[in-house]
Amino acid sequence: MFGLDFSFLNWEVIRAYVASGFIFSIQLTLVAMVGGIALGTVLALMRLSGKKFLEVPATIYVDTLRSIPLVMVIMWFFLIIPFLIGRPIGAELSAIVTFTLFEAAYYSEIMRAGIQSVPKGQVHAGYAVGMNYGQTTRLVVLPQAFRNMLPVLLTQTIILFQDTSLVYAIGAYDLLKGFETVGRNFNRPVETYLVAAVVYFVICFTLSYMVRRLQQRIQIIR
Amino acid sequence: MIEIKNVSKWYGSFQVLTDCSTVIHKGEVVVVCGPSGSGKSTLIKTVNALEPIQKGDVVVNGTSISAPGTDLPKLRSQVGMVFQHFELFPHLSVTENLTIAQIKVLKRSPEEAKTRGLKMLDRVGLIAQKDKFPGQLSGGQQQRVAIARALSMDPIVMLFDEPTSALDPEMVGEVLDVMVRLAEVGMTMMVVTHEMGFAKRVSHRVIFMDHGKIVEDCKKEEFFGDPDARSPRAKDFLSKILNH
Repeated sequence: MFGLDFSFLNWEVIRAYVASGFIFSIQLTLVAMVGGIALGTVLALMRLSGKKFLEVPATIYVDTLRSIPLVMVIMWFFLIIPFLIGRPIGAELSAIVTFTLFEAAYYSEIMRAGIQSVPKGQVHAGYAVGMNYGQTTRLVVLPQAFRNMLPVLLTQTIILFQDTSLVYAIGAYDLLKGFETVGRNFNRPVETYLVAAVVYFVICFTLSYMVRRLQQRIQIIR
Repeated sequence: MIEIKNVSKWYGSFQVLTDCSTVIHKGEVVVVCGPSGSGKSTLIKTVNALEPIQKGDVVVNGTSISAPGTDLPKLRSQVGMVFQHFELFPHLSVTENLTIAQIKVLKRSPEEAKTRGLKMLDRVGLIAQKDKFPGQLSGGQQQRVAIARALSMDPIVMLFDEPTSALDPEMVGEVLDVMVRLAEVGMTMMVVTHEMGFAKRVSHRVIFMDHGKIVEDCKKEEFFGDPDARSPRAKDFLSKILNH
């Protein structure tokens, strides 16, 4: 069909070229998700603190990163770090740090909406039983904010997974790079990019479907 | 027990409380009533400093809420509060709602907190619901759990902010019953409510507020028994709610 030939693709080839890239993509996604949500939550709390010296830096951070294309941040960070610390840190590590810092800006907006979705009365109830700000935030507000925002956080993570393919810009070896390498070695770029697209599609579509199911279940619980 | 001294509060330029003063003694049950927007909910929330005040002071059991060194969380942990909309923690089970503040604030052991919490849950007649979540309970049940949550902290005084206003009529009774029993065992209570039956039955004193001012502050017998001696505003209010 269309002169396409997939016969070169077998488990041997996948294991040799694609597997390590796939593992890195997953690793990058998970680390950036956990780190991004943690940092994003801190940024969201800073923005909602009502204290200018916390609010302003957090707002600048979030607005700046949300206004720059990710691929540029990836490249700049990769190029600047060797100057700052005096030695290169490698494309993979650079990508992990960049994605965590970048995604934090997006997760922080989600967490901000989540925190604001918790009624003021809940905060009062926390204070009324003697909790301080930290306890009220940690034990009352954030658990509810996370639960309310879980589907949105996971959807952002799916976007994050797709965006990890941008690390091609600094030559990190991810899932896409794995397929690309196969394509070059066997001189079959059309076929391998096609297969890569299908792999990304299947993963993201399945995850999206699961998020939708989760969303329905959360709605029933509430 | 609670001294409210010349409290004034503004939202921007709008004054919500004007020079409010009263004293609530140990074992006293004081009902605060008045038309909506009169500042009664705001006043009761100044007692545990949920609403900051700009002038005056509130002293709870000898501790001033506005003194610079006051440990507000500690003060609040001794003051139980029941809200109009219950405000149970929806992500925690009934038992966890009762124990979390005991464990995190009073540093009680989980076993001790559970024993204490379940005892209070039993007192409000809901021990069978201990493993449910707030969302699975009726409004009346949620409010009774909220009362048990406040009682588990062994408060020296209980504040009720319109505890029955958000309830369906058939659930008001079960909550009032719990409050009446609490009053009968000598709990100090400040209650913002429109339930005049409750005020007549168990309160010692009635405070009537209008436009952010305390207009009447007198014994229950005077308030209900001698309407002619009341201010025109209180008379008007009483005639509206007592005729139905």
